[in-house]
Amino acid sequence: MALPIYASPLQRAWYYGFRTICTLIFLFLIVPILVILPLSFNAEDFFTFTPEMLRFDPEGYSLKHYRDFFSNSDWQNAVVNSLRIAPMATFLSVSFGTLAAIGLSQPHVPFRRAIMAILISPMIVPLIISAAGMYFFYSRIGLQGTYWGVVMAHAALGIPFVIITVTATLVGFDNSLTRAAANMGAGPVRTFFRIQMPLILPGVISGGLFAFITSFDEVVVVLFVGSAGQKTLPWQMFTGLREQISPTILAVATILIAISIALLTVVELLRRRSERLRGMSPG
Amino acid sequence: MANTADSSQQIAHSAPVTGPVLGNDGRPLKASLAKSLRRQKLRALGLIAPLLIFVLLTFIAPIADMLFRSVENNIVGDVLPRTVVALKDWDATTGELPDNATFKAMALDLKEAVEDKSHTRLGSRLNYEQSGISSLFRQTGRKVKRLDVEETTDFVAAFEKMNKKWVDVENWQTIKAFSGRFTDGYFLAAADLTKGPEGVERVPENQQIYYTLLLRTLKMSMIITISCILLGYPIAFLLATLPLRTSNLLLILVLLPFWTSLLVRTSAWKVLLQQQGVINDTLVWLGVVADNARLELINNQTGTIIAMTHILLPFMILPLFSVMKTIPPSYVRAAKSLGANDWTAFWRVYFPQSVPGIGAGSILCFILSIGYYITPEIVGGTKGVFISNRIAYHISSSLNWGLAAALGTLLLVVVLGLYWLYDKFVGIDNVKLG
Repeated sequence: MALPIYASPLQRAWYYGFRTICTLIFLFLIVPILVILPLSFNAEDFFTFTPEMLRFDPEGYSLKHYRDFFSNSDWQNAVVNSLRIAPMATFLSVSFGTLAAIGLSQPHVPFRRAIMAILISPMIVPLIISAAGMYFFYSRIGLQGTYWGVVMAHAALGIPFVIITVTATLVGFDNSLTRAAANMGAGPVRTFFRIQMPLILPGVISGGLFAFITSFDEVVVVLFVGSAGQKTLPWQMFTGLREQISPTILAVATILIAISIALLTVVELLRRRSERLRGMSPG
Repeated sequence: MANTADSSQQIAHSAPVTGPVLGNDGRPLKASLAKSLRRQKLRALGLIAPLLIFVLLTFIAPIADMLFRSVENNIVGDVLPRTVVALKDWDATTGELPDNATFKAMALDLKEAVEDKSHTRLGSRLNYEQSGISSLFRQTGRKVKRLDVEETTDFVAAFEKMNKKWVDVENWQTIKAFSGRFTDGYFLAAADLTKGPEGVERVPENQQIYYTLLLRTLKMSMIITISCILLGYPIAFLLATLPLRTSNLLLILVLLPFWTSLLVRTSAWKVLLQQQGVINDTLVWLGVVADNARLELINNQTGTIIAMTHILLPFMILPLFSVMKTIPPSYVRAAKSLGANDWTAFWRVYFPQSVPGIGAGSILCFILSIGYYITPEIVGGTKGVFISNRIAYHISSSLNWGLAAALGTLLLVVVLGLYWLYDKFVGIDNVKLG
């Protein structure tokens, strides 16, 4: 789409005009996230750039919001709760989800469409509806306000992601490999762990990452299913944003942005590796 | 000789060509095949079963529970069993009070209900249908303890003495109307309808909150979807036409917001859009707006629309991009070589082929947007909230769970309908991540 030398002035104007529009939209996408980073080092309790900051005066910058985050017990409890809930929920959705994805990829599965619809449904139903239903049902069976209630709710929300990514990896899976393993005397369990698992591992890991992010970032369901003892990081941020907004939130946001950049890199690397393993060209 | 006999016997065995083909274990091949197929199916189901049971228990059962709660109405029958039976024969349309026996039944029921305080719960349940009935039950609950059922003969007078409202026919009509095990009352309320003496009617114009809210949710979701198309289309077009290496780099700018926590992006907008925030400061500094006339960008519909467009934009760009990647560039070149100018080549050749991508992205954005809760709650103020915020309010503040369930059911029906459309046009299987 490079500009040819014979382009008319109108074409030339449109070419640069279009690029300008696209740049503006990219700025709209990315600037709100980037603005948070310097603001989190603000020495004052303001949400805007102070004159000192604009002069790049070191006086205008400080780590005090980060210190607050690491010393405030509310925030630290929230981090601990998030780290207790998300890995457990991820473990549940990955272990159940991988097994089911392998089952779903078999050539003869009765009611495949119906089963798939049920398993994908947590992703389709708006979160507020899932939250309402889970609140009603979990309070009937005594799970509302418990650790396991939140873990199970989050595991259910993460399952569609595991199913989608793992079945996508299994599409290119060569079934003669498992037959060859069986032929050489390996039992089904050994075949699974030694042959199938290493090959679909990238899909399993990226499904797990999606499930982890879903739980780690989830606020609506935990707001209803959890109680004060399960206050997670997003919940604490939500309360902070709704009630007394303090710049500590910006420090937390910056840390979370760093984490999401790391996760994005991992997923991208895994995707390339998986495509290479299956003999596709990296896209 | 024995050998021949044996082989002849074998021939006799397999001679009829119409008989079943046998496998080498001597059983019909068809049966063995069916058996192995059955075993394969069972194994597949065995692998799926744990997850299926897990999802049914943790997710489908809650949704079913919500659907059930939107019509369930056991409380009246449970708390006032005798009254409900006595009211069966009473004709609510005549405008006359129920007979003395019904009042006696009510006295007996209330005496029992006061023991476990269930009369206050019943009162607040019926209060959703007719305001004032809650205090009636609470006051009577205190007085009914002293009522001697054995001695009293005129229960109507006794009840009138406890509270004058008991001789008001309207209250009895409400109790009778909601004495069934199931009710459509919550759905009627969710649609701004009410049950009057002459059947279903609209509530007064100034109380029609849900209809207004639903319309606003749909309207704002539409605006957000359209803004996403307008902003997403140029980006997807640029990404699809640039060389792979450059477009992969630029794609990171789309994926980073996609991967960033929702709360982080919402806080970013809360910070940016404030009256003393970065955007207003910049505009004042540029001299676009006066310092005393800073724009109100937050706690209204503008705030919700800006923040949600930003949050949902990747969901528009990614499907659009994947559709545009498959459009061969030679088509546009062919159109140009046939004499079309740039605009005609785009509008008549390129654009029609990208329409499936617009459809997929729009439905996705629209579905996600009508169910949103967090962002409208934080940047929407009172004028920019959606129907989900009302559901949350009824669950946690007003405790009218039935109405919350009914609103949730309505929203679920809308979303599932849209997904059905999405599946028809795009296919659920084509959902891609990352």
